[in-house]
Amino acid sequence: MINRSLSPEALGDTRADLPVERAGDWSVRALVGAYLGRLRGGEVGSMPVVVGLLALSVFFQSQNSHFLTAGNLTNLLVQGAGVAMIAMGVVFVLLIGELDLSVGYMSGVGGAVLARSVTGSHAHAWWIGIILALLAGAAMGLVQGLLVTFINLPSFVVTLAGLLAFNGVVLEAVNADGQISLRQSSQLVYISNGVLTPAEGWLLAIAVTIGYATLQVLRRMRRTRLGLTPRPLALMLWRIAIVASVAVTLILVTNADRGALRPIRGLPFVVVLVLLAMVVLSYIASRTAFGRHVYAVGGHAEAARRAGIKVQSVRVGVFMLSGVMAAIGGIVLASRLQVVVGTQGGGQILLYAIAAAVVGGTSLFGGHGRVVNAVLGGLVVAAIDNGMGLLELSAGSKSIYTGIVLIAAVTVDSLSRRGRVSSGRG
Amino acid sequence: MTGALVNPGVPLLQLQGVRKHFGAVEALKGVDFTVRAGLVTALVGDNGAGKSTLIKCIAGINTIDSGSMVWEGQLVTITDPSDGAALGIEVVYQDLALCDNLDVVQNMFLGREIRSGLRRLDEEMMEARTRETLASLSVTTINSVRQQVAELSGGQRQSVAVARAVMWNSRLVILDEPTAALGVAQTKQVLTLVRKLADQGISVVLISHNLSDVFAVADRIAVLRLGRMVADVDPDEVTSNEVVQLITTGSARSTDELEAPLRRGFA
Repeated sequence: MINRSLSPEALGDTRADLPVERAGDWSVRALVGAYLGRLRGGEVGSMPVVVGLLALSVFFQSQNSHFLTAGNLTNLLVQGAGVAMIAMGVVFVLLIGELDLSVGYMSGVGGAVLARSVTGSHAHAWWIGIILALLAGAAMGLVQGLLVTFINLPSFVVTLAGLLAFNGVVLEAVNADGQISLRQSSQLVYISNGVLTPAEGWLLAIAVTIGYATLQVLRRMRRTRLGLTPRPLALMLWRIAIVASVAVTLILVTNADRGALRPIRGLPFVVVLVLLAMVVLSYIASRTAFGRHVYAVGGHAEAARRAGIKVQSVRVGVFMLSGVMAAIGGIVLASRLQVVVGTQGGGQILLYAIAAAVVGGTSLFGGHGRVVNAVLGGLVVAAIDNGMGLLELSAGSKSIYTGIVLIAAVTVDSLSRRGRVSSGRG
Repeated sequence: MTGALVNPGVPLLQLQGVRKHFGAVEALKGVDFTVRAGLVTALVGDNGAGKSTLIKCIAGINTIDSGSMVWEGQLVTITDPSDGAALGIEVVYQDLALCDNLDVVQNMFLGREIRSGLRRLDEEMMEARTRETLASLSVTTINSVRQQVAELSGGQRQSVAVARAVMWNSRLVILDEPTAALGVAQTKQVLTLVRKLADQGISVVLISHNLSDVFAVADRIAVLRLGRMVADVDPDEVTSNEVVQLITTGSARSTDELEAPLRRGFA
């Protein structure tokens, strides 16, 4: 018998058994419901880190009224820039469920390569130094990625070995002089110490807001053209309003005079760099096939493999990206102090970078997290460091409190993961 | 999605004398198997009968040792999953292979994303095509195609996996135990979908242990036992008990009839 038809008694009406649902419901109420569903399902999102940042601001401001001054906030942004850069690379490594403990000293190697290539008898131009530093980062990431992917060594061990080896590389590169100064290159010093003029700041804020709004409107028009339900207008307007208000606040704060002896005002150039990196990496993560495959490998590597994704290339690519972002962070850090020393990339940098990614809501278990959260997490870590400094707490207690915040962030991640498992979404 | 008209019942894939062994174990001992266009062919058999090996040979995950495979009248060799995919053969495995942390659209296009300029993923186009495909299969239970797969029920996940398999001009979709982990309502949902595929001209091979599912949707029932195809029957002409007999003994005769010659032989 051909095209046997199913009698309703045999199969029943499936739709009657299930809640009435409408395809592509984009009403605001449905979106709020969807957000709560994701939260229960283990997607932490940006909310905890934003709430945490507000709570920290209120607390530090209540303890020391200097915390929320224009000068201190601008300082905080510059302080956090290097770690935020490194943390954005760490997000990708965490997304595929791996760990990179070598990012601190990879940033050190980046700084050392930069310093060595622009000084001495064969000094190159500043931009060649930057390219060499980025290549060094990519090479270190490549080697570690190949070891993890093709020899199946645990990334924890490979990057721990990398941590030791790259520490040695920095020492070997810098040891002879104890430190290498970058002060002779005004361009390299400008990276972390330069500021835009107030007018340039405003132009940038306006351009970013208009650009963002245009993209949102274009996407909305394309959805309508393809017959897709447009997302609610209110949501789009909210998003544009948030971007605009962040941009305006940033410029208002950084354009205020923060100089003690002579007027200093303007948006630090390094903040522009961090935002640029955030936009580019967010684009890679959410709008390219590579980024999509990173999430797939972290979510279910076997499913990714069966879907035809070259899982090994994705893994190696992620470690290379981590190396490049660490090198960029290293350039930023070197520029800030204007010297590269033998312990470059050591200290709290590795821990702060991983803490920033995790505090920002990136899951340690792979597959969940966003680039923007690394920047928000970097702000939290910088705020704690800066605020504790204002309270004149010792370095020891700073570390203790940072550790507590990290545990709190991982707890949020782990609890939400338990939510995933208990709802059968492991 | 194939919109091509097919003559239901015409052989799409014919296997003859297919053998496959793993070391000393012969999993398939000369299997003949015919998949007809636009029909649902149920493949039943006990554990170890060779069902999984057979579909892996068809999909190209295993390579057959001997025997022939004829696809639309042409002799073909399938030695790699890409060979199977090129012919239009898609397999939906029991574990579905979906990424929980991605949404429905992202899973549907995983590994075959549509891109526009600047290596940019064309999300809107992928979303539109996903909704088209789901609508053509009458999958009405998925609330939003931008939901993460983690939030979906078992039946919805199965629907996504099946829809993904049929989106690429597939001619033959093999479903491995699609209802094994599902409740009553979700099983109905998936069986309706299976029927819908066949009605669109896609051939379906359905592996199932559940005979009531098999009788609900199948146009043919192929019974595999110990690496041999022991029957290829019309569900209207057999009873459920007879199919159980075929699965366990390889013969549709009742136990008495079967045992009578044995007793004579030993007498």
